[in-house]
Amino acid sequence: MKITNHVSITLPALHGNEGFARAAVAAFCAPLSPTLEEINDIKTAVSEAVTNVIVHAYPGTSGNVELTVRIFDDRVIDIVVADQGTGMSNVEEARKPFFTTKSQEEHSGMGFTIMEAFTDKIEILSEKGRGTSISMRKELKNA
Amino acid sequence: MKYRSEYLKDCITVMPEGDLDAESARETREYLDKLIDGYRFDTFIIDFAKVDFMDSTGIGVLLGRYKRIKALGADLCVTNVRPQVDKVFRISGLYQIIKAVSV
Repeated sequence: MKITNHVSITLPALHGNEGFARAAVAAFCAPLSPTLEEINDIKTAVSEAVTNVIVHAYPGTSGNVELTVRIFDDRVIDIVVADQGTGMSNVEEARKPFFTTKSQEEHSGMGFTIMEAFTDKIEILSEKGRGTSISMRKELKNA
Repeated sequence: MKYRSEYLKDCITVMPEGDLDAESARETREYLDKLIDGYRFDTFIIDFAKVDFMDSTGIGVLLGRYKRIKALGADLCVTNVRPQVDKVFRISGLYQIIKAVSV
């Protein structure tokens, strides 16, 4: 597969930026003529991943969300959402539906379940104290 | 996020407008809780006609309100759920406890 377009955005992990992040990725993918459902899937997955960084990655401190989108053959969209924050000690546990470390704040624990359901493939790399990187792939059907 | 609400015959209907995400979760929770605390009702309906987007943060807000409303012996329902929000509802299993109604 050949890269046909790509973009990288670095933004502070602050509330308010999740909306910008999903709108920016949607706008970047729009020229590929995705269906409304595909663009909504991408927005939802990006929102979940970026929200995770904002809520969990930098407790008591600040840091960035690194968002990278690569488009292959004008059809396959790879989205990477990375941080250099606290990392997760148990990724398998975090992926389970309703698992949350913040239940007292009414977090649903459904973020990874949604990301898995709204994309074709997801890969999570995380190291305690080093950060987390979420890679998601969405293949456009009619492109 | 903007909100409009209506109180009619033991039924509260709320119509939020905007995206329900981590940024708007807190104000939405506070707005809904004020209504839950301030009125007597049998049915609490959230009209999603003007909500184009919701993510799992919204699920948390709805589950929290569902528990409070259920504890009062009332029902929480949703209506006019648009496609993106509908998919989040279906995948998360929210429809198993929060009924979709037509009004």
